[in-house]
Amino acid sequence: MPQVNMTVNGKPASGDVEGRTLLVEFLRDSLNLTGTHVGCDTSQCGACVVHVNGKAVKACTMFAAEAEGTEVLTIEGVAAPDGTLDPVQDAFHQHHGLQCGFCTPGMVMSAKALLAENPKPTEAEVRDYLEGNICRCTGYHNIVKAIMAASGQDVETIAAE
Amino acid sequence: MPKDGGIGASSKRREDARFLTGIGNYTDDINLHGQAYVHFLRSDVAHGKINGIDTSTAESMPGVIRIFTGKDFETAGSIPCGWQVTDRFGEVMKEPRHPILAEGKVRHVGDPIAAIVAETREQARDAAEAIELDIEDLPAVIDMKAALEDGSTKVHDDLSDNLCFDWGFVEENKQAVDDAIKSAAHVTTLELVNNRLVPNAMEPRVAVGDFNRGTGEHTLYTTSQNPHVIRLLMGAFVLNIPEHKLRVVAPDVGGGFGSKIYHYAEEAFCTYAARELNRPVKWTCTRSEAFLSDAQARDHVTKIELALDADNNFTAVRTETYANMGAYLSTFAPSIPTWLHGTLMAGNYKTPLVYVNVKAVFTNTVPVDAYRGAGRPEATYQLERVIDKAARELGVDPIALRRQNFITEFPYATPVAVEYDSGDFNRLMDKLEANADFDGFAARRAENEKTGKLRGLGINCFIEACGIAPSHLVGQLGARAGLYESATVRVNATGGITVMTGSHSHGQGHETVFPQVVADMIGIDESMIEIEHGDTANTPMGMGTYGSRSIAVGGSAMVRATEKIINKARKIAAHLMEAAEADIELKDGQFTVAGTDKSVAWGDVTLAAYVPHNYPLEDIEPGLEETAFYDPNNFTYPAGAYACEVEVDPETGRVTIERFTTADDFGNVVNPMIVDGQVHGGLAQGIGQALLENCSYDENGQLLSASYMDYAMPRADDMPFFTVDHSNGTPCAHNPLGVKGCGEAGAIGSCPTVINAVVDAVQSGGINLDHIDMPVTPGRVWQAIQSAK
Repeated sequence: MPQVNMTVNGKPASGDVEGRTLLVEFLRDSLNLTGTHVGCDTSQCGACVVHVNGKAVKACTMFAAEAEGTEVLTIEGVAAPDGTLDPVQDAFHQHHGLQCGFCTPGMVMSAKALLAENPKPTEAEVRDYLEGNICRCTGYHNIVKAIMAASGQDVETIAAE
Repeated sequence: MPKDGGIGASSKRREDARFLTGIGNYTDDINLHGQAYVHFLRSDVAHGKINGIDTSTAESMPGVIRIFTGKDFETAGSIPCGWQVTDRFGEVMKEPRHPILAEGKVRHVGDPIAAIVAETREQARDAAEAIELDIEDLPAVIDMKAALEDGSTKVHDDLSDNLCFDWGFVEENKQAVDDAIKSAAHVTTLELVNNRLVPNAMEPRVAVGDFNRGTGEHTLYTTSQNPHVIRLLMGAFVLNIPEHKLRVVAPDVGGGFGSKIYHYAEEAFCTYAARELNRPVKWTCTRSEAFLSDAQARDHVTKIELALDADNNFTAVRTETYANMGAYLSTFAPSIPTWLHGTLMAGNYKTPLVYVNVKAVFTNTVPVDAYRGAGRPEATYQLERVIDKAARELGVDPIALRRQNFITEFPYATPVAVEYDSGDFNRLMDKLEANADFDGFAARRAENEKTGKLRGLGINCFIEACGIAPSHLVGQLGARAGLYESATVRVNATGGITVMTGSHSHGQGHETVFPQVVADMIGIDESMIEIEHGDTANTPMGMGTYGSRSIAVGGSAMVRATEKIINKARKIAAHLMEAAEADIELKDGQFTVAGTDKSVAWGDVTLAAYVPHNYPLEDIEPGLEETAFYDPNNFTYPAGAYACEVEVDPETGRVTIERFTTADDFGNVVNPMIVDGQVHGGLAQGIGQALLENCSYDENGQLLSASYMDYAMPRADDMPFFTVDHSNGTPCAHNPLGVKGCGEAGAIGSCPTVINAVVDAVQSGGINLDHIDMPVTPGRVWQAIQSAK
């Protein structure tokens, strides 16, 4: 089996993979980074979103071999080393943007990618950007609110809670 | 002022820390040393006779450990059904065998035929492709009414027909209801379909079986809402493992919505195979497999008639429903269209006579069971749709018609066997009218009309029976289980507390909310309390979480156990302060002697309990740990009034939700932030059903909506911001917290609200549309408009 080498959350990572091994399988099974989740098998749900070279990617849509030599950021690498939450993570916490937590890693990674591209998105822009992330618990209300709050917007007046 | 702790505070969730940083512990994150992987080979036809399964080539494939088929489980029990319904004629329902792996026949697409255990997941999948199946296609029975015709193909050859049961409720009222409808001044009739859904918790199901040869103990890690129930059902009825040799662990679970209540064949397989192969066996469901194997939902075809007198008072309701059971009876399937549906057909109204007939039907489809609301959304949908239609036929205001018929005095015994303990439906409607800005609707509609769009306002009232519980009652109704809940409160020597609850959190936030209650009762900080749940090894026998029952039943058990703790702690405090127990007061974590300045802290008392040097040993035992089992004497009855404004584009048929406003009565509320979130999620599921979601089979039983490419899950851009309000509820009259439960309300109240709004919008365009079935996809709306023109 060929070996792949990449940088994951700032540290070198390598392992033997089959040609068909997906990036998400490599992260979960070989590196034991189980924060990245698998919620579907058709690249729809977005629970597996990670960043590859700074871009949001569904890790079920990429072979591990394709990630050779890249910089990968997963949910485990988002908070500061001392445990301080990233502003997006903190906003999800403050605004109850998660319930069962299963879609949450993908939501956070997508939200971070959105805010990197568009630092002050409107409600419609947030909703549109999350087209590839499905949540079954929150009705998206508090996710959208959290992302807008993370961008520094005043969300208290958006809608009654 | 918002509270910053205890009951009524929006305490932030402590669960978030692990979920936001990727260090949760979901079942698929559990990997045991030496584990093997199982892949299930599933039927690709809806109905067929198994003439042969040739596994010889597959068995020699790399990594294959063993291949199991139905023959390996002929002596195992049937996957059991936990509820027995008795029909109109006093006969018990038909209850066919549900094998772990298909025996002789396959009965739905996805029915498991063989289980391949291999060293890796990929090897198991590869070997499955090498199994040669000889399956003779049989005609599939998909349509419920066709399934009941004489001579229809039978799903189960050993049964007389496809009718599981023909249920009448209240059967003794049938004649009186028929007479009332015959003599009514006006009768409104509506035929509708409550579309089949797939629950789709975002975490697919997973099971990991393990066996310890040294102790003879089995462990099953599984994605369950109720691990004790799985232990009982699987141990006692399927695999014959005594409960003391079987541990079931449901760790972090990524949503359930009902679909993870049931005992599934894959759980039994992994538990069995781990012993048989002497190594852990893991199964991780793919989403495609989940569409073919998770219990599905709703799927009722209903005719409802509402009779009114000359003054528009409701005089009778009569319904006839066909309820799809699928190919086998899932754990609670028979209870959904019967007791969880018929008992709510009075709704919020004084209708004196109600008769509900339900024909439950076997078809060659995936089994159907509870999904968020479970029977109550189906009841609410038909009742609130027919009331809206009646208002239109009679030319009266739909809100006034509802108000006129509201129940206004409590307790109120309905003609369908339940007694509402509390409520105030007029107050809910008042609140809704204000919060939804009904006064501004006309202007908003006029604005839409300028651009050729139609705007509609839909409203809806509902009541639900929650806190699914009273064992004596559900036992009479056919439940084969008690429905109490349990809690053990373990106070540690240094004053910290561990609460072991029989409830299970899979997104509801029990780890945050339950400590708020205990903290409030003792007057200590929430951070001193930890919640354990989900592991049968360290929690008392509990019934788990569904039916909005956690805080109402599980929370009440915890209150009772905490009361026992406080009573004992007062005795210890009295001893320490050499005072009479009757004079001891507990406030803010301090025990004081009334009228004196004597006090001891919570921590002094807890330490004394475990270091009993100065202790009333002649009166009480050392230690501070208490268990309570709470079995309430009634359901709880949350109620609500919802309003929705939709925009309909008559050119394309596209419906968008412009505003959605709720006024809910959940009784007292422990954590308003979490309750808001529960309502939001329920609304999205109901709006999803109304606008988007549809589980569809073709006439051969092939599932057409078998992935997220075809099954339209609600996404962020399908939803508006919601305006929700649950302030000033009427407290539940019979549980210690006065709570009613909030998990299902949004899903129960939203479907009729949306459809009432869509019909209102279309009617406003001068198009006489009486009804449109869910989901109101653009194609369906456009077609309905064209047909009605």
